[in-house]
Amino acid sequence: MFYREAGDFKTTYPEDAQTFPIQFDRVRYYAVLAIAFGVIPFFINDYWANAVFVPFLIYAIAAIGLNILTGYCGQVSLGTGGFMAVGAYSCYKLMTSFPEVSILIHVLLAGGITACVGVLFGLPSLRIKGFYLAVATLAAQFFLVWLFNKVPWFYNYSASGQINSPERTFLGHFVTGPNTSAAAKYLFCLVILFALAWVARNLTRGAVGRKWMAIRDMDIAAEIIGVNPLTAKLSAFAVSSFFIGVAGALFFAVYLGAAEVGEVFGINKSFLVLFMVIIGGLGSIFGSFAGAAFLVLLPVFLKNVLVEGMGWPTDLAAHIELMIVGGLIVVFLILEPHGLAQLWRVAKEKLRLWPFPH
Amino acid sequence: MLPDQILFALEVTLNGLMAGVMYALVALGFVLIFKASGIFNYAQGVLALFAALTLVGFQNGQIPFAHLINATFGTNLHTFGWTLPGIVAIALTAGVMVLLAWLIERLVLKHLVNQPPIILFMATIGLAYFLEGLGDVMWGADIKTLDVGLPQGISETVESATAALLGYGFFIDNLDIVATIVAVILVATLTIFSQYSKQGRALRAVADDHQAALSVGISLRFIWVLVWSIAGFVALVAGIMWGTKSGVQFSLSLIALKALPVLMLGGFTSIPGAIVGGLIIGVGEKLFEFTIGPMIGGATENWFAYVLALLFLVFRPQGLFGEKIIERV
Repeated sequence: MFYREAGDFKTTYPEDAQTFPIQFDRVRYYAVLAIAFGVIPFFINDYWANAVFVPFLIYAIAAIGLNILTGYCGQVSLGTGGFMAVGAYSCYKLMTSFPEVSILIHVLLAGGITACVGVLFGLPSLRIKGFYLAVATLAAQFFLVWLFNKVPWFYNYSASGQINSPERTFLGHFVTGPNTSAAAKYLFCLVILFALAWVARNLTRGAVGRKWMAIRDMDIAAEIIGVNPLTAKLSAFAVSSFFIGVAGALFFAVYLGAAEVGEVFGINKSFLVLFMVIIGGLGSIFGSFAGAAFLVLLPVFLKNVLVEGMGWPTDLAAHIELMIVGGLIVVFLILEPHGLAQLWRVAKEKLRLWPFPH
Repeated sequence: MLPDQILFALEVTLNGLMAGVMYALVALGFVLIFKASGIFNYAQGVLALFAALTLVGFQNGQIPFAHLINATFGTNLHTFGWTLPGIVAIALTAGVMVLLAWLIERLVLKHLVNQPPIILFMATIGLAYFLEGLGDVMWGADIKTLDVGLPQGISETVESATAALLGYGFFIDNLDIVATIVAVILVATLTIFSQYSKQGRALRAVADDHQAALSVGISLRFIWVLVWSIAGFVALVAGIMWGTKSGVQFSLSLIALKALPVLMLGGFTSIPGAIVGGLIIGVGEKLFEFTIGPMIGGATENWFAYVLALLFLVFRPQGLFGEKIIERV
């Protein structure tokens, strides 16, 4: 009834090429933005910021990054944790070496450094494909974690081997350190996520994105029609690593405040982000958001139900949580291998015909 | 008489070979499943953990889910109060692994036929999480010792023999020697099984071409249950070896990560590749740690295997013995 193109006339080319061609989608998009920027910051408290919103925003950035590489360009990567560590450690080194520079610049530079590292580890993708590549990216994961553990320069020779994020302000408000308000953390991450998601959405529907998708669908065929696999694959690695590096920097500086590389950026982090991408839907920006939300909320929800609802001891609850998460992933893959994004697409198709389906 | 340094390097090499056999044991399970069903089974390491946990549980007469039952009903159950001899417990655990294989085929794989490999891979990661949780809930998460009567400690025979021969006693773990012998027997049995038995032939047919195998009347589902059972059994053997060596605990499941570079190096589809790859990785990482390790801070074993495999793959993308990858548009 209200969700259809009919009657929504496009009179210019930019209008015709816009991201949301249906008016309802546009309204919904602006409504979500208005709530995210205008309402939530006034009601957010520390619990909600730390347990739900900030991790969701940061994981969404990482998931978009991995989705660009795996979902759009078809290169499976298990090195996400390692690349997040690069982002975190380069952000830390920049923050401590140049304290007077704005943290936003540091976060973006950290992304840039990660992009360079990503390209380096992306080079083998020109020779190695499929699972061999997936396992090869584990080399990045283990090597980078080892590097940050063993070379004291990266953690400024601190005795504990940890990195601690110094206090920094952005536009006069603390965004890192213990004095940060929940709203400041949330807004800082939200602004970056909004900007990056906008970039990702427009990259993936433009010429670059089409090249990536051609490589994903069949790289030899893509090469024949004139897509350069070298630039396409490496640009996917670079953009993806940039996103993941920014996510790692925020994860360390804004969310955790202190990090130990093996614990925080281990292989489990790689799998977690890959799960987000798969459950959300490969090759969909919306899917990255949905997957991140699902996997951030699920443990919080399960913990509340199992520990507080059922009164089980925490260790037992943790194991059962593992079982439920694992089981849900399998069930999910069986029921909807294309992820939450596919459910959303189906819902939209249905909505188009509603209330008179034929 | 050889100089000490060379003898020492020789000892490291020998220990590396033994460690390589242990890696190969895990890699073997991967290869079997990958060949027969094209599934990259990340859960292989967790299968080994689960098998070892179940084995210890049976041996000590633990009550499954005791912790859960106690938490729910306020009881205080722990054990049945018996201990089973090792061989009985192993037989029972093998039974559990077959049951598990059947359940996995029934509940997971059957529904995922014809899905792209990445989805199947993710499903096995989900399965790994599930089994890890299940193992802990069933048998408790504390570190357990596993003793099925395998010899442990330094082999005195080897030490005295080499001392007499070379003037330098080699330190070699008895368990590693047993593991090597078991691995040889296992590979020989698997080879004979797949070459000379009816089921083995069916297995190779499925590995060769699913559709052709189906068309001559081979039941794909039976073969999958069979191959997952064998992989479960291999996991049990690996679980026994690794569990005896370093205790049964969560880190046992991480041996899967040790086996991956072995697979890359040897090729995902080759049983000899798994063995040779395991040996190369085992020797390589021990020698690297021994020679270069002290210069760059040590603990290089975590990543060396991966970097070696990565460099190797750049020159030979299908691994050492893998089938040549032919790509067509």
